[in-house]
Amino acid sequence: MNGFTSVFKRELKAYFSTPVAYVFMVVFLVLSGSLTFRDGFFQMRQASMRVFFSNIPILFIFLVPAIAMRLWSEERRSNSIELLFSLPITTAQAVMGKFLAAWSVLVLALALTFPMVMTVAYLGDPDWGPIITGYVGSVLLAGAYLAIGSFFSILTRSQVIAFVLGVASCGIIFLLGSPSVMSGMSSFAPIGFVEAMESLSFQTRFESIQRGVIELRDLLFFILLIAGWIWANIILLEERRAA
Amino acid sequence: MHLIEIKELRKAFGPIVAVDGISFTVDKGDVLGFLGPNGAGKSTTMKMLSGFLPPDGGTASVNGHDIITDSIAVRRSMGYLAENAPAYDEMSVLGMLKFVCEARGIKSSARRQAIDRVAVSCAITGVMHQLVGTLSKGYRRRLGLAQALVHDPDVLILDEPTDGLDPNQKYEVRKLIMGMASEKCIIISTHILEEVEAICNRIIIISDGRILVDETAESLMAKHGGTLDQTFRELTGSVSQVKGGAS
Repeated sequence: MNGFTSVFKRELKAYFSTPVAYVFMVVFLVLSGSLTFRDGFFQMRQASMRVFFSNIPILFIFLVPAIAMRLWSEERRSNSIELLFSLPITTAQAVMGKFLAAWSVLVLALALTFPMVMTVAYLGDPDWGPIITGYVGSVLLAGAYLAIGSFFSILTRSQVIAFVLGVASCGIIFLLGSPSVMSGMSSFAPIGFVEAMESLSFQTRFESIQRGVIELRDLLFFILLIAGWIWANIILLEERRAA
Repeated sequence: MHLIEIKELRKAFGPIVAVDGISFTVDKGDVLGFLGPNGAGKSTTMKMLSGFLPPDGGTASVNGHDIITDSIAVRRSMGYLAENAPAYDEMSVLGMLKFVCEARGIKSSARRQAIDRVAVSCAITGVMHQLVGTLSKGYRRRLGLAQALVHDPDVLILDEPTDGLDPNQKYEVRKLIMGMASEKCIIISTHILEEVEAICNRIIIISDGRILVDETAESLMAKHGGTLDQTFRELTGSVSQVKGGAS
């Protein structure tokens, strides 16, 4: 347990003692806010945050890998990984410590969008269900992207490569459920395959959660996905720690 | 029981065999000078002992714990200064020592005592609040030494602990090591042969991943005549001229 808490605390401190967390949060808040107003937050004349949440998955495709890329690449490049693993810390503890610290930063960034909630509450009488589930969905989505990004950060010493691979993978998994990809796939693939791909898509799951009802299968989808990628993180790190 | 026991340890990187089946033991009170040309396999051996690098063959035990099956216990009883003293640049010196203490389960008042002790013995009290990234090479190395000593381990593995230190600092570090020598088991790799003569009671010279010499400094010099420097070049010269290569 010492291993986990020490890594978690160290990582969290590192985000705030360097400009990483601040830059990330400012960029995220500016983009998420401005996209919401660009897409007609006022014109809709509804007290809802639908517009706000609809942009989150696309924003996160770029922003979450930016947080994830430094998790292990940096550690490998500066060789501090050798110091880290000369301490009595297991691979699983180190992976979880780093992952949860980064996830906390993302959750904090989401929490800082609270003025949006206040605006909606001030202007009308919003339906709170979709707002709450929208946040839950966003947090889970951030975790899933982060676990994927962290995997690629273990794979390479170069933060640029880790970032590009992270963005590409998150983008592909997200877009699996979009209409254009699905119609493209259905032109050659059997319908069962297309439906399977759609059910694997972040977009489908995220939209389902965002509607205001959290179904167990959507929740399980994200939890299993995060757990699976974390597990892959641990296996890969055991394998490539010194490479 | 030997504090360090290495049996037929082997490691290859692709076609290059870095460590080729070496075996030796080190006991309490030993200060072992681990010598060899660049690329001989010194750092690779030390990395395997610290548990960072899994060996391809053979095994080793530290304080009775196997390095493969019981790596966490090995790391608990060992202090390790890795090559080039890696550290977290964005942390303060104090912050880093606190982190190491926390990971090692040293808490509250024991932590303060442990940090004070190593800060004095490694002479880093003046830079405790400085960022690691801004430290000079010598201070960085001494911070590395401090984090290796903070839990007062039985076994110390030091990869070039005096590299980049000025003569005064080298003298201080040697004094520190000699002061601890009787209750610990220490392996030091270095290229500074006078240092070996000054502090080590045993010498192992490896080249191309194999052990060439394993004896006391005096008997080695008596056997070959002349200085340790000459002996080293005699034993490893022909090999390193042809090979060169990475460490």
